[in-house]
Amino acid sequence: MKQQLSALLLGTALALGSGTAAFAQDKNVKIGVLTDNSGLYSDLGGAGSTLAAQMAVEDSGLAAKGWKVDVISADHQNKPDIATNIGRQWIDVEKVDIFMDVLNSGVALATNNLVKEKNVVMINTGAATSDLTNAQCSPNTIHWVYDTYMLANSTGQALVKAGGNTWYFLTADYAFGHALERDTSAVVTKAGGKVIGAVRHPLNTADFSSFLLQAQASKAKIIGMSNAGGDTTNTIKQASEFGIVAGGQKLAGLLLFITDVHSLGLKVAQGLNFTETFYWDLNDDTRAFSKRFSERMKNKAMPSMVQAGVYSGLLHYFKALEAMGGNPHDGAKVVAKMKEMPTDDKLFGKGTIRADGRKLHPAYLFEVKKPEESKGPWDYYKLVGTTPADQAFRPLSESACALVKK
Amino acid sequence: MSALTDDTLPANPRAMREEMIVFAAMAVLLAAVPLSGIYPFFVMQALCFALLACAFNLLIGYGGLLSFGHAMFLGSAGYFTAHALKEWHLAPELAIIVGVAGAAVLAVITGYISIRRQGIYFSMITLALSQLLYFIYLQAPFTHGEDGIQGIPQGYLFGFINLSRPTVLYYVVLAGFLGGFLLIYRTINSPFGEVLKSIRENEQRAISLGYKTDQYKLLAFILSGTLAGFAGSLKVFVAQNASLTDVHWTMSGEIVLMTLVGGLGTIFGPVVGAFIIIAMQQYLAGFGQWVLVIQGVIFVACVLAFRRGIVGEIAHYFRRSL
Amino acid sequence: MQALYAQLLVGLINGSFYALLSLGLAVIFGMLNIINFAHGALYMMGAFCAYFLLDLAGIGYWWALIIAPIAVGIFGMILERTMLQWLSGLDHLYGLLLTFGIALIVQGIFQNYFGSSGLPYAIPDYPKIFGFNGLQGGMNLGFMFLPIYRGWVVVFSLVVCLATWYLIEKTQLGAYLRAATENPTLVRAFGINVPRMITLTYGLGVGLAALAGVLSAPINQVRPLMGADLIIVVFAVVVIGGMGSIMGSIITGFALGVIEGLTKYFYPEASNTVVFVLMVLVLLVKPTGLTGRAA
Repeated sequence: MKQQLSALLLGTALALGSGTAAFAQDKNVKIGVLTDNSGLYSDLGGAGSTLAAQMAVEDSGLAAKGWKVDVISADHQNKPDIATNIGRQWIDVEKVDIFMDVLNSGVALATNNLVKEKNVVMINTGAATSDLTNAQCSPNTIHWVYDTYMLANSTGQALVKAGGNTWYFLTADYAFGHALERDTSAVVTKAGGKVIGAVRHPLNTADFSSFLLQAQASKAKIIGMSNAGGDTTNTIKQASEFGIVAGGQKLAGLLLFITDVHSLGLKVAQGLNFTETFYWDLNDDTRAFSKRFSERMKNKAMPSMVQAGVYSGLLHYFKALEAMGGNPHDGAKVVAKMKEMPTDDKLFGKGTIRADGRKLHPAYLFEVKKPEESKGPWDYYKLVGTTPADQAFRPLSESACALVKK
Repeated sequence: MSALTDDTLPANPRAMREEMIVFAAMAVLLAAVPLSGIYPFFVMQALCFALLACAFNLLIGYGGLLSFGHAMFLGSAGYFTAHALKEWHLAPELAIIVGVAGAAVLAVITGYISIRRQGIYFSMITLALSQLLYFIYLQAPFTHGEDGIQGIPQGYLFGFINLSRPTVLYYVVLAGFLGGFLLIYRTINSPFGEVLKSIRENEQRAISLGYKTDQYKLLAFILSGTLAGFAGSLKVFVAQNASLTDVHWTMSGEIVLMTLVGGLGTIFGPVVGAFIIIAMQQYLAGFGQWVLVIQGVIFVACVLAFRRGIVGEIAHYFRRSL
Repeated sequence: MQALYAQLLVGLINGSFYALLSLGLAVIFGMLNIINFAHGALYMMGAFCAYFLLDLAGIGYWWALIIAPIAVGIFGMILERTMLQWLSGLDHLYGLLLTFGIALIVQGIFQNYFGSSGLPYAIPDYPKIFGFNGLQGGMNLGFMFLPIYRGWVVVFSLVVCLATWYLIEKTQLGAYLRAATENPTLVRAFGINVPRMITLTYGLGVGLAALAGVLSAPINQVRPLMGADLIIVVFAVVVIGGMGSIMGSIITGFALGVIEGLTKYFYPEASNTVVFVLMVLVLLVKPTGLTGRAA
């Protein structure tokens, strides 16, 4: 009896998964926004990501063409096991086709495995780890907005070029921090700069004064912060207290977002250098979208690059579905189609998706404005440099991804 | 000082018979789950936590020791098992042994340190030790820090039981849970368990009767930690990952909560508590941090008004030990 | 060598927070026999209180230093009156569980409304006397650049700690307090309202936590979880020092801050764990803690 029942369930699952012919005209799509709705990154993704997904559905005009698109969202609380539980249930019970956002590297890698196993789609716009398109790459995953390699590459190169040729690293002592430090060091050295030293601090440190004193004593021109979240904002805040920027050293954030600048305030954050791939004030198109977006946000916030990525990624996904004439409910097949088609949207411009799942677009190095330069709320950045799409990301020749034919 | 729990009814043949009937009913119900259409992953997870809470309950309910760091056994065993499966490619049964043995060694060390102080100090020490371990795991390369160990292969138990089939895995987890549960039940009703209870009631008197109470407490701690580790090893096969969540202090708090809700020092209470808390997390996930607030409210409500827990209240009402 | 002095000084700053918090824990423990797990959450509330005062009412740092501890202290006294007092006579562990629950509620609510990322709180820029710009800026001590605010934290917390010690060990009120700890029935016989005294003591301990919160607001971001991780370290400090004496908890707090500061210099990777490792060592050598009596 048990055996029969499970066989039956399995059979249904198989039919849903592989019955492309029978379901070719199926125009139902279910989008799951799996994000941090309450924790450290809730401003970065969270409710804003869900809103971006809804806006993408509205702007795609699919409803008028007979499609039925649903958006659901859940809070993974930054815990990989909660994320996989939700994910499994979404796929098995709710029949979700595509996972969006999925910020937090640990959560993203866990979801990556699940998505591949169950053959659905993930467009990851929130996680930093470049493993998603390297050793852990999958035919079901597209990494849309940014990754650690790109951040290190763009920030490191541009700053050395601008004269910041001696570096000291303040590194969070765990795998992620080490990777950022390693990647950036390589870029800095390659560009002709020199790494003088580094200090490793434990994750979630409240007090950075001791480490900052060591960085200050190193006399390096650039202090590279290979950490994230609360650690980075605390570093920046305390650095201003110890007069580090005032003393002529520059702080370079290797993983920093507009939401961090917003919470720090310009007075503390001024002069920071870091890379993003989207800023609301880049051009008329981004401004128009951001205005619509912020009007619908509870706290009137401008979109972050993660949220913008959800919008842009989904629009491309819809294009692929339309081109296929229906939803085949076959993740790998849809992703293959998405890789075939060049991307073009108002937020990230023209681009492509590589075989390893990496979406390519330009990267921008920004410097945070001084308070007197800012003309109003959310007017935070000056564009300092642009790295073209083909140079910003890890070249395929260095890739460890099994999908890349060498 | 009043006793922590209310199960002062002595074990007698009738009570034991009733407990066995409840146990049999529970086993049958759980065995029928895959037929019912209930989502099996949820039940599997709840079973792992139920075993964990039972192991924790052995310590607090029968030894009077409130460990606020039991997540360290859950998480450590999970990491060891996951590493053994993924990097060493061991068979599932061997990987479980690695995890459980690791938890046992950890329990010997942490137990030796923490039983040196009593009462609240014991709780604070276990909490501090688990935090120490948390930081170590955060930095140790083999745990992959915040990313955790992902995509763990489930493999074939004893070479022929395919654990990647949900129904099969379910019965393996259920068997593990029932086995652990019976072991704990047996321990409580053994002479060793009786000595433990006497230490909980009045340690000075137990000492004056010639019992080396520290040794008994240490042994209880080791047994509890090892079984908690077993729960952690099983959980790896269900979740297919091992992450920092399982060693964080919030997890230790959840274990306490499960046991408190079900009833400290009751035999079936931790099981009921685990199912309630896990179900709550599952169905309230959409509320985000409110889950924490709700957990806090339950804590407060239980301590102020409801100290016997659900099963404890029922048992008290019917004057039974459950 | 110069760098070493700087690290020592920096260590004292962290020590100030450990001392203030473990002092509050010790005061509460002495009177109520409860380990106040909510201490970290109340510390966080102190910082938020300062933030609200500035953000909503325009009331600055110096007033916040007085108002926030009183406000949070009153909140604490309400907690004691409505919940904690029902636990007297029960096993101490229930106090731990109850306050843990309270901590979860408070932190959860703040997290819901303010997210997890921090809110900014600036160092005060007034009064402008003797060429000082409030507590902003810093001075060059030769061996280090000392932000004035940090120096202020060390000095001020030392003063508060010593004042608390004096209040409890040397005044009439303190004598009643200590007596009530030893034998509440006897003290009640002298016509002293013991329950009210307990409430006030809890308020005092909570107020100290809130004060530490205000002090830390300009240094750390004001975050809902700022107290959650700190409190576990402070527990270890308390285990090391023992809660038997007020002076003991003050000295242990500062000393551990300094040791932690030195670790950050010599072996930064271990600076998160050093306090816990010390706790293990102390327990192995002297199970009752450095100053504690047998529990």
